Amino acid sequence: MAKKFFDHGKIERNVTLLLVLALVTVAIGGIVEIAPLFWIDSTVEKVQGMRPYTPLEQAGRNIYIREGCYNCHSQMIRPFRDEVERYGHYSLAAESMYDHPFQWGSKRTGPDLARVGDRYSDEWHVQHLTDPRSVVPGSIMPPYAFLKDRKLDGRQLDDHLRALRHVGVPYTNADIASAVDDAVAQADPDADAAGLKARYPKAQARDFDGDPKRVTEMDALVAYLQMLGTLVDTKSAEPMEKPR
Amino acid sequence: MNQVKVTMDTVMIKAGGWAVAIMLSVAGAACAVDSGFAAQMWILAAAALIGLCVTLARTDYDAVFGIVERAKPSGYYDDVIRWGVVATVFWGIVGMLVGVYIALQLAFPQLNLGLEYTTFGRLRPLHTSAVIFAFCGNALIASSFWVVQRTCRARLAFVPLANFVFWGYQLFIVLAATGYMLGITEAKEYAEPEWYADIWLTIVWVSYLAVYLGTIVKRSEPHIYVANWFYLSFIITIAMLHLVNNLSIPVSLFGSKSYSAFAGVQDALTQWWYGHNAVGFFLTAGFLGMMYYFVPKQAERPVYSYRLSIVHFWSLIFLYIWAGPHHLHYTALPDWAQTLGAVFSVMLWMPSWGGMINGLMTLNGAWDKVRTDPIIRMMVLALAFYGMSTFEGPMMSIKTVNSLSHYTDWTIGHVHSGALGWNGMITFATIYFLVPRLWSRTRMYSLRMINWHFWTATLGIVLYVSSMWVAGIMQGLMWREYGQDGYLVYAFIDVVMAMKPYYLIRAAGGLLYLSGSVIMAWNVYQTIRGRLRDEAPLGSTSYNPALDHPLQPRAA
Repeated sequence: MAKKFFDHGKIERNVTLLLVLALVTVAIGGIVEIAPLFWIDSTVEKVQGMRPYTPLEQAGRNIYIREGCYNCHSQMIRPFRDEVERYGHYSLAAESMYDHPFQWGSKRTGPDLARVGDRYSDEWHVQHLTDPRSVVPGSIMPPYAFLKDRKLDGRQLDDHLRALRHVGVPYTNADIASAVDDAVAQADPDADAAGLKARYPKAQARDFDGDPKRVTEMDALVAYLQMLGTLVDTKSAEPMEKPR
Repeated sequence: MNQVKVTMDTVMIKAGGWAVAIMLSVAGAACAVDSGFAAQMWILAAAALIGLCVTLARTDYDAVFGIVERAKPSGYYDDVIRWGVVATVFWGIVGMLVGVYIALQLAFPQLNLGLEYTTFGRLRPLHTSAVIFAFCGNALIASSFWVVQRTCRARLAFVPLANFVFWGYQLFIVLAATGYMLGITEAKEYAEPEWYADIWLTIVWVSYLAVYLGTIVKRSEPHIYVANWFYLSFIITIAMLHLVNNLSIPVSLFGSKSYSAFAGVQDALTQWWYGHNAVGFFLTAGFLGMMYYFVPKQAERPVYSYRLSIVHFWSLIFLYIWAGPHHLHYTALPDWAQTLGAVFSVMLWMPSWGGMINGLMTLNGAWDKVRTDPIIRMMVLALAFYGMSTFEGPMMSIKTVNSLSHYTDWTIGHVHSGALGWNGMITFATIYFLVPRLWSRTRMYSLRMINWHFWTATLGIVLYVSSMWVAGIMQGLMWREYGQDGYLVYAFIDVVMAMKPYYLIRAAGGLLYLSGSVIMAWNVYQTIRGRLRDEAPLGSTSYNPALDHPLQPRAA
């Protein structure tokens, strides 16, 4: 009998060899698939209009995360006729470039929210979050009435922006310095929101929750929902994308 | 020098360590910037207090003061496995109970109770983590400690570290579970625990690797049995996935919130590289290790093909890692990555079935046991479901199929055919194998109850999976249905309302499955107490030779 070209028995008797070979084997796939996403430029094509979240929107996003909204709502519209008609233009990679973490989701127990911004009024959102079945009979969404009663804890928002800058979101020193004030300015109808709007183009500043006296968690969440998908102007691209 | 040396000094050092842990936790709670973090620190303090009490109460003072001398134990170290089996049963029931509850929430939203702690969004991660990490994780740790000792013919290495692995892992589970209800989450599926719980798990996991490797290193058998390859690849791969996917920057060292190091596309693929391989290595490779030991033992037959086990081991661990992008079909992930993920997912079908075939064919010559041994029957069903869901998975990762199935309850059905059918059933069989041996009983309290467990669980799976297939495909078709007029036929809420009957059937299936586990818990409890149920044996034939003859004509 010819000498064995390769004897698997060696690996079965040497735990170090087994460990190293197994580790190399399982590392390859991830390296080939994930690493290039960090240096191939076309992975996230640049689009006009993207900016980091305002402090209030980021606080709202953190509430969205805290309540586990991603368990039932996606934020990723696929390029199919029915999805584009139902939810709007398909999602672009750049639209989640400042999302730490991403919230694309994996399940639509409820509808996609990638472009829910500006689709409903603030009053609708507040009513819907407080008692979903009062505006959508048959809805199975949990009620989130407590958001309206809870003052937004925005004291650490500058720390939040600083942490986000560490992971690559381009907040400036000025953004961080005025983070706490910006959060209040965006939800308080009497505050001066000029600085906020200069720092964050297209930021919507108003009282969101129907209670102008204080900034609540409801303010933050509705502010976040109302900006979702509104930063990139997909309408202007439409004529070019339509088949002639 | 074959004696245990415990001096008063070591007792003092241990107690002092607990005291320091209590003080640090309380200090953490005092400095906390959010109430959730404070609550978690109080939980840590409570855990350390329990540790302190146990250390002081359970110290063998007679040995410490030299009144008696204790011989150094030399047998297999099974205490940690006994705890692990009990923990597996306990967490299994908790996880399944939460599962049934959230299934009912989808049918009756009033069950959200109007409280922030009990909404679906917070309880769903509790369910997934409880069954994956608490139930399956404890089953994996306990069974791996059993298997590695027996196949290496060596006592577990670093016994105190093994105890730490068990209790440290339970602490991780408690931190994660209470954190979800408090709203502490990283919002990455199956990787929800926040940064401090992640760091803690890393320490526990490295200790687990040390115990496992240490035992293999001191083995008496020259050959490392195949089950250990699978367990080992599971341990190191989970370490790699956990470390990379959870890279994040905390906002404050005294706060629960952190931000993922990656964003958008990169974060999505890192997450599903992790998420898919949590399935691939936690729920597949680890459980194949379980299968490769307990199926041959219970069937009393050698593994069918040694060559097949080599081929399918290396191909399985190589291919699985690539399959993550199939969770992101038609998203903003670049097409090349999606295609690569789909291709490797389809290829993955083959090594998966290699494992199934190797397990099922091991029963060659012992198939009659399927009739008489309910434990073998559970193993066969587990392998059948493993085969089925590893066919369904590759099918669903074909882009055309995925365009329909993604975002729907079909995915939920698919996951549960694997989780309930494969992971659940092989775990139950393993528990039924281990409990009589761990507590030195002749058999389980009741074999008939195992039979009942088998049938309630099987019926539960059938109801669950079939209702979710129908519901998921219906959901996908309704979303994309156009009428004659060229408009979408259904509003989103129409589809939600159409799901209700299927959600009810699913909840009924889950309830059946849960009741099977409750039967198991009772059976395990009675076995540990040393009871044997007085019952007719399974599979015995009633035969009375005295009656087995033709009737004699009677004299008139």
